[in-house]
Amino acid sequence: MSTDVQQLDRVVIRIAGDSGDGMQLTGDRFTQETATFGNDLSTQPNFPAEIRAPAGTLAGVSSFQLHFADHDILTPGDRPDVLVAMNPAALKANLADLPKGATIIVDNRDFTERALTRIGWNSNPLEDGTLDNFIVHSLDLTQLTLDALEDSGLSRKDAGRSKNMYALGLLSWMYSRPSEGTLKFLREKFAKKPEIAEANIKAFKAGWNYGETTEAFGVAYEVKPAALPSGQYRNIAGNLALAYGLIAGARQAKLPLFLGAYPITPASDILHELSKHKRFGVATFQAEDEIAGIGAALGASFGGALGVTSSSGPGIALKAETIGLAVSLELPLIICDIQRGGPSTGLPTKTEQSDLLQAMFGRNGEAPVPIVAPQSPADAFDAAIEAVRIATVYRTPVFLLSDGYIANGSEPWKLPDLSTLPDLSVEFPTEPNGEDGEFLPYLRDEQTLARPWAIPGTPGLEHRLGGIEKADKTGHISYDPDNHDFMVRIRQAKVDGIKVPDLQVDDLTGDAKVLVLGWGSTYGPIGAAVRRARLAGYSIAQAHLRHLNPFPANLGDVLAGYQKVVIPEMNLGQLALLIRGKYLVDAISVTQVRGMPFRAAELAEMLQGVLSHV
Amino acid sequence: MSEENGASSVPNAKTSLGLKAKDFKTDQEVRWCPGCGDYAILAAVQGFMPELNIPRENVVFISGIGCSSRFPYYMNTYGMHSIHGRAPAIATGLSTSRPDLKVFVVTGDGDALSIGGNHLIHALRRNVNLTILLFNNRIYGLTKGQYSPTSEQGKITKSTPFGSLDNPFNPVSLALGAEATFVGRTLDSDRKHLTEVLRAATEHEGTSLVEIYQNCNIFNDGAFDHLKDAGEKGEWIIPLTHGEPIRFGKNGDKAVVRDADGGLSVAEGVAADDSRVVIHDAHSENPSYAFAISRLSQADSRLSPMGIFRSVERPSYDSQFRAQVTAAQATAGGDDAAFKSLLHGSDTWTVASAVS
Repeated sequence: MSTDVQQLDRVVIRIAGDSGDGMQLTGDRFTQETATFGNDLSTQPNFPAEIRAPAGTLAGVSSFQLHFADHDILTPGDRPDVLVAMNPAALKANLADLPKGATIIVDNRDFTERALTRIGWNSNPLEDGTLDNFIVHSLDLTQLTLDALEDSGLSRKDAGRSKNMYALGLLSWMYSRPSEGTLKFLREKFAKKPEIAEANIKAFKAGWNYGETTEAFGVAYEVKPAALPSGQYRNIAGNLALAYGLIAGARQAKLPLFLGAYPITPASDILHELSKHKRFGVATFQAEDEIAGIGAALGASFGGALGVTSSSGPGIALKAETIGLAVSLELPLIICDIQRGGPSTGLPTKTEQSDLLQAMFGRNGEAPVPIVAPQSPADAFDAAIEAVRIATVYRTPVFLLSDGYIANGSEPWKLPDLSTLPDLSVEFPTEPNGEDGEFLPYLRDEQTLARPWAIPGTPGLEHRLGGIEKADKTGHISYDPDNHDFMVRIRQAKVDGIKVPDLQVDDLTGDAKVLVLGWGSTYGPIGAAVRRARLAGYSIAQAHLRHLNPFPANLGDVLAGYQKVVIPEMNLGQLALLIRGKYLVDAISVTQVRGMPFRAAELAEMLQGVLSHV
Repeated sequence: MSEENGASSVPNAKTSLGLKAKDFKTDQEVRWCPGCGDYAILAAVQGFMPELNIPRENVVFISGIGCSSRFPYYMNTYGMHSIHGRAPAIATGLSTSRPDLKVFVVTGDGDALSIGGNHLIHALRRNVNLTILLFNNRIYGLTKGQYSPTSEQGKITKSTPFGSLDNPFNPVSLALGAEATFVGRTLDSDRKHLTEVLRAATEHEGTSLVEIYQNCNIFNDGAFDHLKDAGEKGEWIIPLTHGEPIRFGKNGDKAVVRDADGGLSVAEGVAADDSRVVIHDAHSENPSYAFAISRLSQADSRLSPMGIFRSVERPSYDSQFRAQVTAAQATAGGDDAAFKSLLHGSDTWTVASAVS
């Protein structure tokens, strides 16, 4: 039969099922096909903290959302145009997010009275009119998959597992995705179990053919490739980009990288990734706890390596004392905080920006630590290199403040030209620096205020460091009041004096009276909201902070240039507190702590509310 | 440094460096209380360092918090006075990334066994190249006299006016329970014995833990007097020498014997040819034997086996850690081309120059 091909400029698809149904894998593959096709894209996985919550329950629903378009986009999308629901719970958990007119593809296999009652549905939504406002394709995906794999020799249970590939095949047909990559991927993933590989490929093709040959799907869609800046691209998730950025930073600094870490969601992927790359001089140490992870990293830094530790909020709390020691020792150290919902265990698999003040102040004493925050998954690569620069040049611990949304989300990444990365090479002193031929471990560089990084094994520079207050220059124990006052202030001055690029403001018309200021992963939603406000005819300026400590030198001037400053954050106003305190600006704090990114539409509405009152 | 062999990866000058004890002293005033056992240990360590013939710059002392943890300030080597309990973790990062360094950890009973208990057992089970000197005075000195995890039960201190309730740790038993490959015990005032145990500990590949009984003359004075008194000590010190029968007592008639049920105990009036007498075997693969020796103090807390309980060969964590890196580098280079290929991954696409 002939199929219409309809042109779309953007689509948001959400695939949802049980945590064991392979939804993340299905989403990843569809994303990869979409990337290869050349659309711009942005993704958002959403999964429960439980590894395998009971099947068929709301708690066990795992989903993956992908936004792709023929133009550059900034967020994974607010509301899905298409929902693929693999069971009743997946339908129920996601239904409220769907706009009227959305398409629902649902596996009707498990819509039994028992299964429906379990999730609080008294009648069958496929029959009782609940879905009247949607375009519904109700299929027995499980049976279709089993039929397709009848001759595969697999048990019903094993064959049924391929239903995610059946669904992927159907989706791939609907959106005209290239399938070669997925077929290659399946052959490689199941290289040791060729019968499973073949079953998955067969299911995928059966799903594709179902779309092509069934009347039910009269329309296929096409979203043209996006006009991105020219170059070579790949799709990349934030944790992977961050890990690669750390390796790149260490290479630019010509230092071995030593990661000391303890597994924690959503940071563990950094440990997993770095542990694969020993050939690049990367050593990884899975420590007995969070404290040992950072301790070992600091020990490695003392020995002349680039020490790195990775964690999330609860782990950072445990590391606080060691971060204070690193401040006192003035040694390079990178602390990756992949923020998640808090307090305490909070929402381990959800995102939040609520560790900003912990990073800023979460230590005893005056213990300033620079903070660098990536704004999107691909940007984590550059942010990591910037953190390495600050740590090595200024001999200081540095926070790399990412979050769960950046960590697990993905987007196209224009591959960097390695030859353009900054030279970060470090010189370890080999000669005494004192007037009398002695070594002064706390004699500072006049420009950077950094102290010499003299590493063990260097003859003549033997010295002792410690967490007790040190005398200026000599580093000897000192309880002298004036010395302590001096040392506290000079450590602060060193961090305050870190050179960071000026804040760039996006103010197209130059006549905006309202500035939206953000940091971290709100970049996408803020950008999308700003576009909407501009389309509605408003002038509005946008600026996004990468450096949160110290702030860019021009930040005060930028803020002074606008009547209103709006600061959206996924916390209760932590950046707003800092901005108000430092610049005496009556910033409007817009906050949300739902464990999810802002919805661009809601943010746009709020911004327009402010704009209409200026 | 081609040969990765634990402690032997540290450069050991072929010819004498001519170092003297005074070369290991710093210009810092030593600030322990007059009469503290730490002075004797410091003098013994400084006196013993030249023997190692390791260049000073290749020696690092890392400590935690407590009286004993001031030690690094007094050693003219590299050093770090870190935070409470964490020295083994910090030292692990340093040692694994620098095969050319001889890394010592100086710690106390509170630092190593209370706040830092976790790091200690994990360093021991991994067998990191560290020599850990655990100064045990059975009291908290720096915080002025609270009971410690090695204080005897019922101890009256500032924080336990009605007596402590906690059952104490025996540090040697604890280390052996973690399957430490080298465990020794010695006494601050016996310089010769201290030096012998330290020498063996330093030469050991992997983690060596030496418990040093140390007198705190301010808050727990005389805790080990029965092991120092010339007339009495022979009755309480159970000397451990590999390959020798374990006999002691004024007349040599006390001995560690193997009971009918296989357990060990101290017997008195043991004849010279008694076949029950245990021949000390520090190299026994099974840590149960050394553990049984360490438990002899249970019968009478004054009894104290001294010397090397256990010294067995097992590859150090460090050498295996670095071997993985070396092997990975030998299999596939880590040059720019390889890194570029890593960044590119398997699925890339090209966007041509923008049309229109």
